[in-house]
Amino acid sequence: MSKSLFDKVWDSHVVRSIEDGPDVLYIDRHLIHEVTSPVAFVGLESRGLSVLYPERTFAVADHNTPTINQHLPVQDPLSANQLKTLEDNANKYGISHWGLGHQNNGIVHVVGPENGITLPGATIVCGDSHTSTHGAFGAIAFGIGTSEVEMVLTTQCIMQPKPKKMRISVNGVLNKAVTPKDVGLYIIAQLTTSGATGYFVEYAGDVFENMTMEGRMTVCNLSIEMGARGGMIAPDAKTFEYIKGRPKTPKGVDWDTAMAYWNTLKTDDDAVFDKEFTFNADDIEPMITYGTNPGMGMGISNNIPSADAVEGGKATYDKSLAYMGYAENEQMIGKKIDYVFIGSCTNGRIEDFRAFASIVKGRQKANNVTAWLVPGSHIVEEKIKEEGLLAIFEDAGFVLREPGCSACLAMNDDKVPAGKYAVSTSNRNFEGRQGPGSRTLLASPLVAAAAAVTGLVTDPREFL
Amino acid sequence: MAYDKFTTLTSTAVPMPIENVDTDQIIPARFLKATKREGFGDNLFRDWRYNGDDTPKADFVLNNPIYKGKILVGGKNFGSGSSREHAAWAVYDYGFRCVVSSFFADIFKNNCLNIGVLPVQISPEFANEIFEAIYADANTELEINLEAQTITLLSSGTQESFVINNYKKGNMLNGFDDIDYLQNMKREIETFTESRPF
Repeated sequence: MSKSLFDKVWDSHVVRSIEDGPDVLYIDRHLIHEVTSPVAFVGLESRGLSVLYPERTFAVADHNTPTINQHLPVQDPLSANQLKTLEDNANKYGISHWGLGHQNNGIVHVVGPENGITLPGATIVCGDSHTSTHGAFGAIAFGIGTSEVEMVLTTQCIMQPKPKKMRISVNGVLNKAVTPKDVGLYIIAQLTTSGATGYFVEYAGDVFENMTMEGRMTVCNLSIEMGARGGMIAPDAKTFEYIKGRPKTPKGVDWDTAMAYWNTLKTDDDAVFDKEFTFNADDIEPMITYGTNPGMGMGISNNIPSADAVEGGKATYDKSLAYMGYAENEQMIGKKIDYVFIGSCTNGRIEDFRAFASIVKGRQKANNVTAWLVPGSHIVEEKIKEEGLLAIFEDAGFVLREPGCSACLAMNDDKVPAGKYAVSTSNRNFEGRQGPGSRTLLASPLVAAAAAVTGLVTDPREFL
Repeated sequence: MAYDKFTTLTSTAVPMPIENVDTDQIIPARFLKATKREGFGDNLFRDWRYNGDDTPKADFVLNNPIYKGKILVGGKNFGSGSSREHAAWAVYDYGFRCVVSSFFADIFKNNCLNIGVLPVQISPEFANEIFEAIYADANTELEINLEAQTITLLSSGTQESFVINNYKKGNMLNGFDDIDYLQNMKREIETFTESRPF
């Protein structure tokens, strides 16, 4: 029987299938961080259990870490306690731990691929919904709750019904200044924030085939924002090139064995999906969001839609625009902004900083803008320096911070004040996401850069 | 962590007909800094419930004393966004045992089932009928029968059945969780591990 890429990977990880119940799914790689893991360790200890395969779990501190002065003690006692708890738990059970200050530290979804933890055909979970990022490598990767973190620690398995299958194809060639982020935001705007709930997505077509691994990660990262459990892209030469030789990828004979398997990871020609969508690359322009969920996005040159033009209830739509301080039919271009954030597991990789630099080079940060440039990892930070991007940023009046999740969810001190507008390359524009009362406009690194130098929502095509 | 068994529940309900309620609203990230599961109920819907100076917002439903009960009736796409189980804990710790909606986000629904909060998905029409009934009379009760998989609006007798797989249903009826199940599979899992290529 014909199988999709998703079927092939999922089915090969089913330890047991329960009738009228979930599958017991084996997990190859488990990533943990300081926020969603502590209660899992409390849970397993209260049951008198231990960690079954510590070598399959990787601990990384990221959600709650400061992005300045990482060499000094963490000031917030609650954050410091969570970081210490992660370290203690990792040490106690023999789990690899890349804490604050470690050369491999960074956002868990950035460091996983960088270090070869992320592999095609693997199952990867983490107590974080943006685990979908790793699907870029042809892995099944998705976010789980803390109860499931405990399950993986103690049994290396979780129990989940197999999701339905969706394929999203985007064909053609992307226009100028249209980035993978724009492709993601475009798809979410088409499907809505719940349009893929219950599905696992495979991305297919020219646009994804031609996309870099960084770009694929951005797209897969955003899968959860349309409700999908995860999204994946079939591995190809580009994928293998990216992972080869990284610290934790298989080597020698193991690499050859793995390659033989990885080469089978393609959707069969006659495989059937529960739902299919096809879009044209040419219809996508640089995107920006105007509301309080990632589905409320549009081409940057458009006007904010009226309530009757969008799916969903008018009351919810009005509440959202009121929170943003916007009105129906207004144009977004020219709106004043206060903050710019480039970083996060969505757009915190080297390619994103190159894009940002391409616009700010030779220009100056607008005086009214506070900008946070937060690399996704120390490895990204080093590349920014090596490639001369840091000098470009500094000449333009920007400061580079240290890696972490930062203002994407504002658990640390990187909070956008109430009422202020932030153009963010992150993934969520929910009410208060970047700080109580903050207002978020999601966009690509190019749109963020254009806003950073003008202080206004600006079409990046003006600069390229 | 095992939880109390769920069999039937008859209760008044709190209406919240807002769509796309995300888990950042259910519990904002800045309240996720605990290392133990305690105190999350106090911060349920924190920024909708309280002003910046911690005084309650009078117009928010949880601050309106006429609406109470162990059932929360939400709008479409309830629980979207972050996978934080803290959101489900906050719902449970506040005192809800059941969330009713015409559509749930995946991970939130799964988290609820794992900790003993029953997610009950109903038709949009029935959701509207429930909202109207509660707004007409806040003492309106709903009856949830897990064994029969039914939800009934007692004032009108309108009833719908809801879907839950037999495995999860058994867990909730008995107060078991997945770890209880997986513990008995250790041998099978070890054998499976040996077959993994990486």
